[in-house]
Formats: sequence, C-alpha cells, structure tokens
Amino acid sequence: MPVRTLIVNGSKRSVDAPADETLLSVLRNRLDLTGTKYGCGEGQCGACTVLVDGRATRSCRTAVSEVAGSKITTIEGLASNGRLHPVQQAFLDEEAFQCGYCTSGMIVATAALLATTKNLSEEEVVESLNGNICRCGTYPRILAAVRRAGAAMAKETRQ
Amino acid sequence: MNWLADPEKLLRELSEHEVAGRLHWFDFDRRRFLQILGGGVLVCVAAPAVPASGQESGKSRGAASELPKDLAAWLHVGADGRVTVFTGKVEIGQNIRTSLSQQVAEELRVPVASIEMVMGDTDRTPYDMGTFGSRTTPTMAPQLRGAAARARELLLDAAAERWKTDRSSLAAEDGKILDRAARRTISYGELTQGKELIRSIEAPALAEAKDWKIAGTSTAKVNGRDFVTGAHRYTSDLSRPGMLHGKVYRPSGFKAKLVSVDISAAEKVPGVRVVRDGDFVGVVAADAFSAEKAVSAIDGKWNVPPQPSDQELFDYLKKNGESGDHGRTQTAGSVGEARARADVKLSSRYTVAYIAHAPLEPRAAVAEWTGEKLTIWTGTQRPFAVKEELAVAFHIPAERVRVLVPDTGSAYGGKHTGDAAVEAARLAKSAGKPVKVVWTREEEFTWAYLRPAGVIEIESGARKDGTVVSWEFHNYNSGPAAIGTPYAIANQKIEFHPVDSPLRQGSYRGLAATANHFARESHMDEIAHALGMDPLELRLRNLKDERLKAVFQAAAEKFGWGKEKPAPGHGFGIAGGVEKGGYVAACAEVAIEGRTRQAAIHRVVQAFECGAVVNPNGLRNQVEGAIVQGIGGALFEAVGFESGRISNPHFSQYRVPRFQDTPQIETVLLDRKDLPSAGAGETPLVALAPAVGNAIFAATGTRLRSLPLAPSGVPAAPA
Repeated sequence: MPVRTLIVNGSKRSVDAPADETLLSVLRNRLDLTGTKYGCGEGQCGACTVLVDGRATRSCRTAVSEVAGSKITTIEGLASNGRLHPVQQAFLDEEAFQCGYCTSGMIVATAALLATTKNLSEEEVVESLNGNICRCGTYPRILAAVRRAGAAMAKETRQ
Repeated sequence: MNWLADPEKLLRELSEHEVAGRLHWFDFDRRRFLQILGGGVLVCVAAPAVPASGQESGKSRGAASELPKDLAAWLHVGADGRVTVFTGKVEIGQNIRTSLSQQVAEELRVPVASIEMVMGDTDRTPYDMGTFGSRTTPTMAPQLRGAAARARELLLDAAAERWKTDRSSLAAEDGKILDRAARRTISYGELTQGKELIRSIEAPALAEAKDWKIAGTSTAKVNGRDFVTGAHRYTSDLSRPGMLHGKVYRPSGFKAKLVSVDISAAEKVPGVRVVRDGDFVGVVAADAFSAEKAVSAIDGKWNVPPQPSDQELFDYLKKNGESGDHGRTQTAGSVGEARARADVKLSSRYTVAYIAHAPLEPRAAVAEWTGEKLTIWTGTQRPFAVKEELAVAFHIPAERVRVLVPDTGSAYGGKHTGDAAVEAARLAKSAGKPVKVVWTREEEFTWAYLRPAGVIEIESGARKDGTVVSWEFHNYNSGPAAIGTPYAIANQKIEFHPVDSPLRQGSYRGLAATANHFARESHMDEIAHALGMDPLELRLRNLKDERLKAVFQAAAEKFGWGKEKPAPGHGFGIAGGVEKGGYVAACAEVAIEGRTRQAAIHRVVQAFECGAVVNPNGLRNQVEGAIVQGIGGALFEAVGFESGRISNPHFSQYRVPRFQDTPQIETVLLDRKDLPSAGAGETPLVALAPAVGNAIFAATGTRLRSLPLAPSGVPAAPA
C-alpha cells in the first residue's frame, strides 16, 4: 500500500492506506483519532464531520486519496494550548449533549459555520446543521450553544 | 412508585423487560478489596429484600453487624480523601453518573469532584439487574445515599475518638470533620489513614430534599469536558494490543438458513481470515477497511422462509393475540351494563408501528481472551446479563467472564442484549487475538430489536355531564406498561394480549406507555369532542389523582389553554398521564402546511413532576430530549419490512427527528421536595404523540389513529 502524507491537526502524518479507504477509517483506525465518530457511513448523520481546509466535510464519504495535502482538523485539534475552542466551551456551558456521541460532529460543523459568519439567523443555523443527527434530541440546547458561541466569537473578533 | 414497597409492580415491570428471575451471588472479599484500594472507610450496602423471583440485587439483607453476602453498592473513602463509589448501573446519556455523584456528595458532605463513580464493571461492581425502567433514581440513589450517610457517621465517630471529644460537638463539611469549639479540622483522608473501617449499612436518617445543598442543584455533567474534546472513549473507540477488526456475514433475511457460501474472494483480501462455524460466517483483519471489503466479497445463498410483511401486520397481531385470563386482565364493575346506559358510546382502534432505537453509537464490542478468561467491553444496559449470555454461549463459568461498560452512545432500551459481544468473542476465540466488532447502521436497523408494534381497541361510554362510565381496553402485542387508566372510571376491563411478534422486539424507552397513552389520550379527546366538552375539562372531571391534575393544570396555564385561539390551519392538543412515578402533561400546537399537508409541530409546553428534583438542568435536558425523540414516533418513524427483510435500514429512508423538526419547547418542572425522587428518562416521552394527534384533529377535523400519524402528510378533511 502506498504511504500517504496527511496534515492532521497541524502535524504531518504518514499512513499506509489504500486510496479508497475513507478518511474516517484512517483517522479512527490508523491514527487513533477516535473523537470523530461513525454513525451511518452514508453521510446522513454528521457524526463523522471534520474540517478539510476549513470546510465541514463528511469523513465517512471522503476517500483518503482526496485529501492528501489538505489541512484536516478533527475535534481533537480544535482546542489550543488546553483552551477550549469557543464552540466547545459553549457546548459545555449549555450542556448541549446527553450521550455525547454526536457532539464531536456537531461542534466541528458549528465551528466551520461560525468561522465565516457569526450572526446567523436561527433558520440559517437549522438549515446548516440539519444534516447532523442528535438522537437524544438536544437540538434546542445545541441551537443555544451555537448562539452563545457566535456571540463569544464575535466578541473575540472585535477585541 | 416505590418499587420495593410494591414488589408485584416490580415483578410486572421486570417481566416486561423479559428478564428471567435469577439469583446471583456476588462473591465479596473485603480484604482483597482493601488491598486494592488501600486502607480507608468502606461501606457496603446490603441488597434490598425483594421477592425471590424478582431479585434485583440479591437475596436478603444481612444482620447489621455482619457483612451482607449480597451487595447492591459500596463506597470507599481513601487515605487521599478520594471517594470511590461502585455500582452496577451504567451511563448511557441519562446523566446518572452526575446525579448519583451529587447525591453521594450531599450525604457524605464532599465536593462532587472528589467522587469517582465506577460503573457497570462485572468484576468490580456488585451485581445489578440492569439500567432500565427508570429505576436508578428511585432504587440505586437511596442505597448510595445511605452508604454515604453511614460513611459520614463513621468518620464523625473516628474524629471524636481521635480528639477524645463529644461527638455531638463535631460537624462534617466539605470533606472534613470540624470541631468549631476547639477550632480544629481534620480531612476525611487523614482520618482514614492506616485504618480499615468496614461497615455494612444500617440506614441512618437521610437529608430531606428541602435541605439539599448539592443534590437538587444543576451540577454540570461530571465528565462533560471529555465529550466536547472527543477524549471520551466509547466502546467503538477502544483498542487492545494486537487487536483485529471483525465483521459478521449477515443472512439475507430473518430466520434464514445458509444453503451455500463462497468465501474465496474474501480470503483473497490481504490480511483477512475467514471464520466459519455452521451458519456463522465472519472475517477478521488487522484493519477495519480490509474486514469490510472481505465481508462484502462473501457470496452466499440463503433460504428465507415466508414471513408477514408490514402491510398485513396489524391484522396479523389481532388474529394471533392470546386471550383469556393469564393475570393480564384487570376488571372493575361491568363495562357492558354501564356502556348500555351511557349517553355517548365510542369504539375506536389504534395502531402503532415498529420503531427502531437507532442509537447514534451502533452496537459494538471488544473481546479479549486471556487464557480461559474472557474480557468484554461493550455498550449495554445489562452488563451482568451479558456476562451470563457469554458464559452460556461459550460454555464457561460466569466467573471467567468480565464485562465492562464505557459510558455509552445512548441506548433508549435498545441495548439490553450482548449480540455484538458474543460475535466479537466468537471471532476473538477463533483468531486467538482481541477482536473489535462495530455494527454498521444497516446492521443496527436490521439485526437489533425493535419497539413492539401493536393494535389497541377501546370501547367507552360517557354521560352527558362528562363522566366516563365504561372503559374497555385491549392491547395486542405492544405491551402492558401504563395500560391502566389513571381516570376514575367505575366500570373497566383492560387486557393485554401477547403475540408471537413477526419481528424481533424488546424494551424501548417508555415501553408500551407511549402506545397506551396514545390510544387512551386520543380516545379521551374523542369522548370530549363527542360530548362537545373542552378536552382539558373532561380530563379534570374524571381525575382524582391530584398529582396528575397538577401537571395538566401547569401545562395548560403555561400554554394558555382555553385563552389562546389557534391561527387558521393550526390546532391545539392536550394529553397526559402517569408512569414509573412520573407525571406528565403536554400541550402541542400543530400547523398543517398548505400544499404538502405536512404536520409541523410549532410549540410544545410540557409539565413534568417526578418528586424531588435531583438535578434541574439534567432533568430539563431529559424532558426536552424525550419530547424531541417522541416527535419521530409520533409523526414519521416506522420500520418497514417484507419477506423477512427490513425495507428502510438507512437514515436516508428511516426518518428521525432533526433540527428542522424541533418545535419551540417550554418545560415546566414541578419540584415536589416532599416526595421521593422518581426516574425521569422515560415518562416525559409518552404525552407528546397523543397531544400532537389531538392537535391535528383540532386543526383539520381528521382523527388519526395510527402511529406514526402523518409520515406523508395529513389526509385532507372529509368533505
């Protein structure tokens, strides 16, 4: 198998993986980055969401060969120097989870969303996150966390 | 409901979860235990006495002076002041790791952060039947509170002895014993140093809810940070040295027999080994991707016997229901005579579809054989039952099996069995290495079990003044949970008819309480409309239960029931009930969208009361989540099947609630500090579907009597 180089959470990582293996499988099974979850393998639930060059991407529908040379950020790469990303902090503050299995995907999708626009209407947030499933039904709290994170990030930008 | 005070109800509850009564002994060696933990205070909780056929935790309570042979829980205070609590309960998102910690902290008077909960590990925690039926809060919490209170008293004793002072002048606070008069303090850790204090529990007085300082508050989830950083390891995230990834080759239909199989292509995938054992075919590989490739390369022929399809399901259930008195019929008065004299007589049939739990973490297990010992990590609600399942499957003594349950990616009643654990152990045994099995979403939809489908028939009679005088209720297959009416009706006949279900079925969040509430509360609405009465007024007229009345009134008041008028195309509905010690009432506003006739839930106001609230924010989270999850079963979730195959085993085909389906939700929590705390994971789910159905009727004049109500829109009103 060819050795591929990926840039994951700011580090170069070499992996031995076939071209058609999914990014999700590579992250979880070859790089032990298990924060990114398998939920359906069909791009229907969003649990596997990672950032590829800043864009929210379904890692279960992405072949590893497609992302060679791209910058990949997983949930493990969001915090910096032990300080939580504002979206992580907002999810924690709002307790926007129950079992927590969807949380990585929700947070990464939200981080991508708020990176471009901080002041989204609720309709825009719902539309953007509608592909992410929380089976425990914490959607109202996640929406509150997105609002809180947006406000925190807007404040940071201003400062 | 206090289960221990009502053993019959406990037994009924257990039978609904299909748990065979089995006596387990937990072999407890306290010396070995203290060797592991170091010295300190160890308090053991005797298992409560329950009838022999319905053992929850053991047999009988030992005399206070001796250590009980059966333990429900134990608690240790170490020399470093750390508190370790051991319980067989598991965390599946319902937040008991936090709420139990709070209650221990309350009685022991220590910070929540000093407590470690060891949960669901069959080698380290005492036997527990399982985490289901909303029983952790009413049954495990009081035991842990008792243990913590006993430990606190022991520490007070030890301090009094050490200081040679009057015990009554001492106080326990924040992990320390204080002697205010002499202005001295000593930490629990220092007190326990070098000592081995072992006691079984005699229940001391527990703090009353009105005096709670830590319990009763919105303590944050204790390991919350691990979920926002991705650090928490669910079963599917674990790995062991040398571990292989396993996949099971699935039959093409239910009850299928393997006719022939060609494994040659699978064997050609590099690094793959195919395991065959009768009809069982599986693969193992060093990496998950190769295992997936190999299993999809297996080519088998299966013989699938003819089986009922979803089209004929409800006729099948009605036709095959068992009747006759098997202790499943409740009667009072004479329904026939009372109905004959009633002013209004109604007769309706309701149905509920099979639905899937669809936990976002699919079933998963890691199995490791070390010599003759089998260790399993798996997400299950019943680690001790899975241990038994494995012992039976592999013909080994149960003590050679250890099951550990990492905090799990939800279950909703769907993870009572050890299917993935048995598969992983089978493959690991054959491979001679640890094996992880993680089910795909399609496997999860197909090979897990479902919430039972059901048919419910109701015949009722009411007087013009709104008094319901006659109530006959038959439930086919969906189950007996909450089958009894909370309304004071003089003449009743209520019967559950079990059926040999065409699909594998089992426990589900709320069990049949959802179906029985849907039918009952839809029917109460029908009676109200037939009489021209307000649906809330009809309910209050027939209710004697003050707690249920209180939640109805609280929900109605917050919603503006009877005051607000629905906008054109909108309708209001109300429903409620009581189950597992929780009282719930919901008001829903539903709008029918013009062209598509989709039913959209705009607003839900739900009142809930479960005695003294342990963690208001955690409870609110459960109530909101139950409402959202309930929307799926109410409006669109249904498992389709034909000829032994599931026809919609993907999220693209099986619709679950998403952000767009979420209404404005307002919850009203009634905190009854004068009443014992009941569980809250299930009952908040049961009022939503009938409230929505009743709102659809109010909006359209169309009475929908099948769950899901409107998977493809509400039919146009009859001309």
